[in-house]
Amino acid sequence: MTDLIRWTAAELAERLGAGDVSSVEATRAHLDRIAEVEPDVHAFLHVAGEAALTRAAEIDRLRAAGEAPSPLAGVPVAIKDVLCTSDMPSTAASRILEGWIPPYDATPVARLRAAGLVPLGKTNMDEFAMGSSTEYSAYGPTHNPWDLSRIPGGSGGGSAAAVSAFEAPVALGSDTGGSIRQPAAVTGSVGVKPTYGGVSRYGAIALASSLDQVGPVSRTVLDAGLIHDVIGGYDPNDATSLQQAWPSMAEAARRGAAEGSLAGVRVGVVKELNGDGFQEGVRSRFAESLERMAAAGAEIVEVAAPHFEYAISAYYLILPAEASSNLAKYDAVRFGLRVDPGRSTTEQVMALSRERGFGPEVKRRVILGTYALSAGYYDAYYGSAQQVRTLVQRDFAAAFEQADVLVSPSTPTTAFRFGEKVDDPLAMYLNDVTTIPANLAGVPGMSLPIGLAPEDGLPVGLQIMAPVREDARLYRVGATLEALLEAEWGAPLLSRAPELGRPVPVPGFGTEPDGGTR
Amino acid sequence: MPDASLEITVADVQHLAGLARIALEPGEIEHLAGELNQIVDSVRKVQEVATPDVPATSHPLPLVNVLRADEVGAVLTQQQVLSGAPDQQDGRFRVPAILGEEQ
Amino acid sequence: MAGASTKDVLMDFDEALERFEPVLGFEVHVELSTATKMFSAAPNPAAPGADSTVPNSFVAPVDMGLPGALPLVNAEAVRYSISLGLALGCSIAPSSRFARKNYFYPDLGKNYQISQYDEPIAFEGSVEVELEDGTTWVVPIERAHMEEDAGKLTHVGGATGRIQGADHSLVDYNRAGVPLVEIVTKPIFGAEHRAPEIGKAYVATIRDIVRSLGISEARMERGNLRCDANVSLRPRGQERLGTRTETKNVNSLRSVERAVRYEIQRQAAILAAGGTIIQETRHWHEDTGTTSAGRPKSDADDYRYFPEPDLLPVEPSFALIEELRAALPESPVAFRKRLQADYGFTDAEFRDIVNAGVLAELEETVAKGAAPAQARKWWLGEILRIANARGVDAGTLVSPLHVSELIALVENGDLTDRLARQVLEGVIAGEGSPEAVVAARGLKVVSDDSALIAAIDTALASQPDVLQKIKDGKVQAAGAVIGAVMKAMRGQADAARVRELVLERAQS
Repeated sequence: MTDLIRWTAAELAERLGAGDVSSVEATRAHLDRIAEVEPDVHAFLHVAGEAALTRAAEIDRLRAAGEAPSPLAGVPVAIKDVLCTSDMPSTAASRILEGWIPPYDATPVARLRAAGLVPLGKTNMDEFAMGSSTEYSAYGPTHNPWDLSRIPGGSGGGSAAAVSAFEAPVALGSDTGGSIRQPAAVTGSVGVKPTYGGVSRYGAIALASSLDQVGPVSRTVLDAGLIHDVIGGYDPNDATSLQQAWPSMAEAARRGAAEGSLAGVRVGVVKELNGDGFQEGVRSRFAESLERMAAAGAEIVEVAAPHFEYAISAYYLILPAEASSNLAKYDAVRFGLRVDPGRSTTEQVMALSRERGFGPEVKRRVILGTYALSAGYYDAYYGSAQQVRTLVQRDFAAAFEQADVLVSPSTPTTAFRFGEKVDDPLAMYLNDVTTIPANLAGVPGMSLPIGLAPEDGLPVGLQIMAPVREDARLYRVGATLEALLEAEWGAPLLSRAPELGRPVPVPGFGTEPDGGTR
Repeated sequence: MPDASLEITVADVQHLAGLARIALEPGEIEHLAGELNQIVDSVRKVQEVATPDVPATSHPLPLVNVLRADEVGAVLTQQQVLSGAPDQQDGRFRVPAILGEEQ
Repeated sequence: MAGASTKDVLMDFDEALERFEPVLGFEVHVELSTATKMFSAAPNPAAPGADSTVPNSFVAPVDMGLPGALPLVNAEAVRYSISLGLALGCSIAPSSRFARKNYFYPDLGKNYQISQYDEPIAFEGSVEVELEDGTTWVVPIERAHMEEDAGKLTHVGGATGRIQGADHSLVDYNRAGVPLVEIVTKPIFGAEHRAPEIGKAYVATIRDIVRSLGISEARMERGNLRCDANVSLRPRGQERLGTRTETKNVNSLRSVERAVRYEIQRQAAILAAGGTIIQETRHWHEDTGTTSAGRPKSDADDYRYFPEPDLLPVEPSFALIEELRAALPESPVAFRKRLQADYGFTDAEFRDIVNAGVLAELEETVAKGAAPAQARKWWLGEILRIANARGVDAGTLVSPLHVSELIALVENGDLTDRLARQVLEGVIAGEGSPEAVVAARGLKVVSDDSALIAAIDTALASQPDVLQKIKDGKVQAAGAVIGAVMKAMRGQADAARVRELVLERAQS
């Protein structure tokens, strides 16, 4: 493995700027790494290949001419398949969108391109971002680089695995109930769900519109901040986009790392997001992090959020309800899969196409959401869930009276094995118990690695949450903690991940959505 | 004896599948009915705290009046519109008969 | 098969009214003429002068439900909707929001329609409607809400172009997302024999209101204004309302009147025979003057409304509402009174114009330069005659601009009345402007004296006895020569000028 792929985006950008390395070299190194480890990991549904090298060469020319569009120009990036890309298939890992190429880029993608980052390809995910393991991808699961027999989290397992397997320095994800943070936690990487409205949703294939948020996936807090700065900010194409000036997240991260102290920071521990049902090693690492923060001067306070226990129920009503409507557009009329046995009506063709095009989890949630909205049940289910949303927001408001940031373990457990929960929807849903409240309230959240669980040697993540619009606090506190932990470990956590790329037989993957350019 | 706590019957799932336009197989319907009852049993918990005095929240942030000026912007070409069409004719999307023969 | 295959039994209208009380309700959809669509920046096919004949050429991603696309509310459409709400005497909601109405249909790109459900922008109003005898009727308004139009389906392979029996259908999303305001009345009681007339007058009033506001082209034949008529009957003395039907596709003023009358007669016959009315959608067929059964309302009509998460509430400021209120034009009733005085028409003359449904056309014709009396003569004369013969609204035949141009040609002496009627025929047939028809058909009055003189000399030479009589001072004898000359000129001559010239030549 060359050093080049181990560099962070910040390091790579610096060397690109200094002329030590070209974007073509960096891009080729990552493409080589992808070729080497993809048979094991399967993080990508589409690899840009030549197109990436062509773009990299263009950036190199621009830089040589003194016209590099941004300091990050030439840095490769992986993109979750939920985001529309005008030059690559965008399938949300569903059969129903197999091969579909949108006529536009999602705003976050367009901003990455404008800044000169080089898209490497599209990453795997649970179909339409419904799931916590990538096992619901129509194109086969992604494997956790720490243990190939385990899940990489979900829905954004592909992006998290790609950065932890050094296939890309940074990636984009989307987080509706934890789809950035939970995969980050179980792969030892960093993921941030920004404040709702902080990053445009335009061009992100919608799951639940009032919960979805696009964010960065990376190996370091600083890298997440660098990407956040590029993709974030007001977009007139998204009515829910926040019209305000944002501080630089990268700057906040640099400041946090440099200060090395948390003096004056009130860290609230959410009582309800830690306890029974949480894995022992997760709890112990979490407790150690609290000690570390306290030692660095933070004031640790326990806060109560009595309605968080209702959050998961509200979430599994609101999400399916919105999803049932958002996914109605996949009807075999304008794009996507059509199954037509002949002599059928439009209605039959729609129903058959949706039957064949959607996987089991998508059907489950669409039917559940249809139920939650149907006549006579709306008030009892969807309506009540929206009320719980108010209560969860009030809990956050009260908690942020007592604390500047809130923390919890990012996930109740480390990465579980394939098949462990795939047939038990309720058990699968419980993976999101820690991450869901932030989505319901729109507050920003980050997961960063805090060590390995002693009992299984797998990564554990810490979640930090801040009030809405205060994303910079995540970076400030996260970067300080990251620096303290790395100083103690002597190296990033990911340096302890097993070597990949050895010839390991792996069960067959699904067909690639774009016909196999991988 | 039918379990009165089973809120969602097989017939209900069939009906919901119709509303959601998914031609579920009979086996899937059976299976889903079981799962949905479990899930609904669990998420029903929201009703415990959703008292009438609590207002509903549909957006995470309370924004209002986000409006667009009435100015013509980018529009897709006909070719772009039809680029993903499973079937097309004369610049339009083609779909099978909307009514069946018996209709 | 759903359709007009079975012939409905109708009860005599007067008898129906004797036995049953009709209760009416109307849902009128108005296409707003904003530059862009309700939720996208694509050009609006309902904007003035828009030509959307090329299918799928007025489409932004959100109009066809492309994944990742998001809606954005058109500020001008909101202003138009508030103005309309105010003109309908409604209260404007301090906060209103959009909802999704979920149902699958191929003309609906997202398979949900963004509409307003429990929080419409305008509610609780009333409209004063002028009836044919000059009295007024107050129609109560329940609400007016914003929503988007659906695309257009073309049914192919069937015998009639209808959905029944079609082999397949084609979808054009140009119209998808056109801004609509749906105006819903409360139940209209007590209309009795005047029910059909009230229906027609109500829709005409809505048309006049949106035209005077300048928020819609309001051309019913183009679908800018669409009316669904709800009719139910209840036996005399019964408190409970009868089952109603919703007749769609009622797309002319004349049809509103006919459809309401038809439904009253049809339902009365069914009820009198001991039958029950099915709550259903019915389709109006302009050609046969009948309605046919559409989809019955059922449990399947579960639209699963919920607040549109991609859009935020609309909360118009007090200042905006008052600004729009101050800018409202006068009400149609007040406007008519003023217009009648300006034009110098008698009550009877003016009522004829209103009842013929051509007031707006007449007003525009005058605005383009024609004298009110001339405009009235043409709209109530030749144009109305042709419209009635064809069973269409007069305004659909010819534009006010063309009528004013035609009148100008007559005034200038370029056309005689007789020639002008031929030119009108040509304009209606789509041959272009009056000028163009005159040129193409060679219909101009011959004002070239030399051509007339040649014809006159020929006529005088062939009738020497007449020539002698004229020379003898019997001027009235000239009539025979004038007739011959006019015939030779195929009517394209000014008879007065011919007469002058005949007398001149006879004396020379």
